[in-house]
Amino acid sequence: MKEIVILSGKGGTGKTSVAASLAILAGPDAVIADCDVDAANMHLLLRPDFKESSDFYGGTLAVINSDECTSCGLCLEKCRFGAITISRQLYSVNSFECEGCGYCSIICPVTAIDMVPRKTGKLYISKTRAGNQMVHATMEAGAENSGKLVTKVKQEAKLIAGENALPYIIVDGSPGLGCPVVASLSGADMVVLVTEPSVSALHDLRRVSRVIENFRIKTVGIINKSDINDGKVSEIRKFFEKEGIREIASIPYSSEVAMVMARGLTMSESGEEQKKVTEEIWMKIKNELTLIETDK
Amino acid sequence: MRLPELNMTKNKTVKIAVASGKGGTGKTFLAVNLASLLSETSPVLLADLDVEEPNSALFIDGTEGQVYEKYRLIPQWDEKRCVICDICSRSCNYHAVVRLGDVIAVFDKLCHSCHACSELCPYDALPMIRHKIGEVRQIYSGRLTLAEGRLNTGEEQSVPLIDQLHKMVGCEIEPAPVQIFDCPPGTSCPVVAAVKKTDYAILVTEPTPFGLNDLSIAAETVKQLGIPAGVVINRYGIGDNAVEDWCNNEGVEVLARIPYDREIAVMTSEGLLAYNHVEYLRPLLKDIFEIVTKRIDSL
Repeated sequence: MKEIVILSGKGGTGKTSVAASLAILAGPDAVIADCDVDAANMHLLLRPDFKESSDFYGGTLAVINSDECTSCGLCLEKCRFGAITISRQLYSVNSFECEGCGYCSIICPVTAIDMVPRKTGKLYISKTRAGNQMVHATMEAGAENSGKLVTKVKQEAKLIAGENALPYIIVDGSPGLGCPVVASLSGADMVVLVTEPSVSALHDLRRVSRVIENFRIKTVGIINKSDINDGKVSEIRKFFEKEGIREIASIPYSSEVAMVMARGLTMSESGEEQKKVTEEIWMKIKNELTLIETDK
Repeated sequence: MRLPELNMTKNKTVKIAVASGKGGTGKTFLAVNLASLLSETSPVLLADLDVEEPNSALFIDGTEGQVYEKYRLIPQWDEKRCVICDICSRSCNYHAVVRLGDVIAVFDKLCHSCHACSELCPYDALPMIRHKIGEVRQIYSGRLTLAEGRLNTGEEQSVPLIDQLHKMVGCEIEPAPVQIFDCPPGTSCPVVAAVKKTDYAILVTEPTPFGLNDLSIAAETVKQLGIPAGVVINRYGIGDNAVEDWCNNEGVEVLARIPYDREIAVMTSEGLLAYNHVEYLRPLLKDIFEIVTKRIDSL
C-alpha cells in the first residue's frame, strides 16, 4: 500500500482539484483520505454516501460544577490560557480558550472541576461515486486539535486499504505547515506539491518543503495556473531542480474548471484535454512509486 | 484622483479581521491592498497572523524595523533533582511528559505550555525554559506599519505566536486607528486565536462549491465568537451564484464583489498592489471600509 499526500503550503493552488481527479481515475484501487479537516472539500466533488459516521472526541474540556465551587480563584490564577471567566462571582470555563490541560482540575481544592471528553468533530467512512472508499471528517467550528482528527482519518484509511489489500491511499492535505500538515505527512510514501506561479505560492512552497525534508519523502511537483506568470514559473522550476523535485505537470488556467467544479465534477471530467493531463499525472505518480520500490 | 479624508469612526480604533475558511481565496490580496490604500489618509497597522505562511510582506516595500524573537515555555527535565515520583507524567494530558523507566522524557511538540508538570513537581525538577517558536518583525512604509508573525518551520503550534502578536499591539507595536489582521485559513484554533480580539471579520470567498462550503463553516466560527461579519466575493463571475444565494438566505451582508480579472491575478502573482494599477479597485476597497466602519459604529 502506498500513501500519496497532496500538499501546497499556500491554500487555493488546486490541491483538492488534483486529489479528486486522481480519486476518479484510480477508482476502487484507492482509498481517499480528506485530511484538510478544517475545510474539507473532497466530498463536494466525489459525493460520498456518508454511510458510516461516528463522533470524534479530541481532548477534553474543563467544566466547573458551580454547586461545589467556593470561588477561591486558584483555577483562574493557574490557567495559562485565560480560559477561566468570572461573572457575578460565578466561575466558568470559556470553551474556546480551554486547551484541556486539566491543571485546574488537579489543583482545585474542592474537586469542583471535571475534565469531560470534548466532541470536536465527526468522522465518516463512505463510498464515493467513483467506487473509492473514503474517510473524511467535519470539525466543530473553532475546534482544537485538528492534527488529532487528521491522524484518525489517516489511521482509518490505512486500515481499510490494509484489510482490502488496496494499493493506494490518496490524501488531500491542508494548507500551511502546522500540526494538521505534519500529521498528514507522517508515514506517507510520496508528496505531490501543487503550486502556482506567484510570489506567495513560491514563498509558501519553500517553507513547506523544509517541513517535508524532515520526513525524507519522495516529492514531485505540479505547477497549476502555469500561464499566469512565466517569470515565476521559471523560478519554481529552478527551485524544483535544486530540491530534486520532479515536475510531473504544468496546467494552464482554465475558466472552465471553476464551471465544471460548480457542477460537482473534477478536472479529469472537464473535457478531453484536462482528462489527458490528469491521466498523465496519475500515470507519472504510479511510475514514481514503482521507482521508490526499486530504489529500496 | 485624491481620496477624500476617510470618515474615521468616533476616535475609536477599528480592528478588522480578514479571514476565509478556504485558503487562496484572496485574504492577503484584500488585506494588503486595503491596508495600503487606507494608509494614504491615516496611520494603519497591518498584522500578518497567518504565521505558518505569512505573505503580506511580499507586497509591502518599506524599511525594516526591529525583529522580536518569540518564545514559549516548555519544561526541561533536571535529572539531578528528579526522584521519579511520576507526578509530572500523570498530570500531563498531552503525553508530552512521559516516564520511560528512570528517565522523564519531554516531547516539545506535544507540550501546550500549561505549566502543570513544572508547578506540581515537588522537587523543582521540571523548570520551564524558553523555546524559540518564531519571530515578529515590523516593516514601515509611509503611514503603514506591517507587523508580521513568522513561525519557525518545524514548529507545529501557531496559536502561541498569534496570541503573542496580538498582545504586542499597544506595546512594542504602535496601535494605529485602523488595524487590519490578515488571518490564517481554516476554521480551527489558529483562526479563533487570530479573529477573537477584532471588531469585525471580512470573510473573503470565491463563488465555487469549495468557497461556499468553507465560508459557511468560517461564518459559524466567527458567529460563535460573537464577531459581526460580512462577505467579499472574490473572482466574481467564475463558478456559480450559490455563495450569493447563501448570503441572502443567511442574512449575511455582501460587502463587495471583485470580478475575476486576469490583470489582478498577474499583478498579485508578482507581489504588486493591484489597486495602484486596476482603477475600479480603489472605490471598491474604500466602499468596503466605509460599510465595515458603519457596521462597527452601529454596534
